[in-house]
Amino acid sequence: MMRDITLGQYYPSNGILHRLDARIKVLLLIGVIILIFCTFNFYSLGVVALLVALSVILSKVPVNLYLKSMKAIILVILITSLLNLFYGTGEPLFEWWIFKVTADGIKNSIYVAVRIISLVMVSSSLTFTTSPTDLTDALERLMKPLSLLKIKTHEIAMMMTIALRFVPTLLEETDKIMSAQKARGADMESGNLIRRIKALIPILIPLFVSAFRRAYELAMAMECRCYQGGEGRTRMKQLHMSARDFIALGVLAVTTAGVVLCNIFL
Amino acid sequence: MSNPILRTECLSLVYGKGTPFEKHAVKDVSIEINRGEVIGVIGHTGSGKSTLMQMLNGLIKPTSGKVYLDGVDIHADKKKLRDVRFRVGLVFQYPENQLFEETVRQDISFGPRNMGLPDESIEKRVKRAAVFAGLKDELLDRSPFDLSGGEKRRAAIAGVIAMDPEILILDEPTAGLDPMGRDVLLSQIDAYHKSRNNTVLLVSHSMEDIAGIADRVLVMNHGDCVMLDTTQNVFSRSEELESIGLRVPQITKITTELRRRGVPLSEGILTVDKAFEEICAILKKEGRL
Repeated sequence: MMRDITLGQYYPSNGILHRLDARIKVLLLIGVIILIFCTFNFYSLGVVALLVALSVILSKVPVNLYLKSMKAIILVILITSLLNLFYGTGEPLFEWWIFKVTADGIKNSIYVAVRIISLVMVSSSLTFTTSPTDLTDALERLMKPLSLLKIKTHEIAMMMTIALRFVPTLLEETDKIMSAQKARGADMESGNLIRRIKALIPILIPLFVSAFRRAYELAMAMECRCYQGGEGRTRMKQLHMSARDFIALGVLAVTTAGVVLCNIFL
Repeated sequence: MSNPILRTECLSLVYGKGTPFEKHAVKDVSIEINRGEVIGVIGHTGSGKSTLMQMLNGLIKPTSGKVYLDGVDIHADKKKLRDVRFRVGLVFQYPENQLFEETVRQDISFGPRNMGLPDESIEKRVKRAAVFAGLKDELLDRSPFDLSGGEKRRAAIAGVIAMDPEILILDEPTAGLDPMGRDVLLSQIDAYHKSRNNTVLLVSHSMEDIAGIADRVLVMNHGDCVMLDTTQNVFSRSEELESIGLRVPQITKITTELRRRGVPLSEGILTVDKAFEEICAILKKEGRL
């Protein structure tokens, strides 16, 4: 069912990560992603992996939810690490036909796998612990410097908020329309490709009609409440930095130092 | 007793098992529905009515329990599930949102076409369904998106009636219609039921709607089936109904109060027409009319 999509779904809880300032969390995520790509040996990768593990534990989100979000990309991990396995240089450990596996290759493939897993885990820990509205709020604030370049940051953030807000609504709508057409005997599971594409018409047309209707109604409702864009707008929820946010930044700084040291000396 | 056309056995559905959003939508519902009956289904929002209705035609697979149509488990053979949906026609809430064809005629014929019927028989069914739903002939060749709200609703209902289902389930068919539209639609459903003699399940929030046409009433509360009894019996339990956020029809409340004050009305009057009749009779007897 459509309800089962977990990638990037907010999981309400009261962990430390949930209470961190969303701006800090976005910055931390960017920091960790850069760190993941700046690890040049196993020691520094280990340091980053530890940080990722820490964030997974601190998020207080059940681990099987993380595993569920991994499921979507398990194929990518397998293929890239397999490719890396055969592309090592140096003395082959064993050979078969055109494939040869070297110690270098094994090292590389483990390396790549850990990197991708860390990337997905740490990104999920952001989306699991931050509600979509907080996230777009944070992005709007972080994009603020761009408004000097005459980029309408508020409008972009508003569009993202609306888009995120309507994903579940449209999914639900799709579910409903699918059920309604199935009740009239629509057959979506059998037939060749062309028949299956044709079977989508009874779903897509009502879906587009309702999406446009919703957009129109939303625009009306926003105008009725005198919405006119970002200028001079105050916000109900102010984002505040607190001690724990600075501690989090400190943790990132220490890890960065660790990674740099491992890269240089080990 | 004759064998029921539709029977459920300990039907349950759990949403989001194992997540923090786990929810029992329907719990252990065992009901029997007889051929030719009109069943009113009531319950407050989120009581599991719609979910139960969608399980009856196999759109939602129950977590546990069985649905028997004419004594056959509908989930026994996956390939037959589509046939079940032709036999148990379900009109969704706000069905006008499912219209998609270029003309009303084509949209109504979507169901029969999926059944694989020959063209002339489809044409006949479309005409008949349009008459039952009260759609004028000249509307059939218009685009469904040009119709008024009420006409769209009729067109969508006709789309299900055209499949000529043995059991017709309507999920709040009168929601959002004006009072006139409500009355007309309900009397059309009643007329359709009488002429085809099929089974009708009518979900509604309006006790007046239900009281006017149902033989029996099914009351849902938090996923449980709390009552399934004749309309008279269900609406005589007004205190229980009120305790779960429902009520009896207003006219029943008034006549019960009149009875308590000594007016010789009969018990459990459900419709305004009936009340009018009895009050007129009393007034005549007293020579005041």
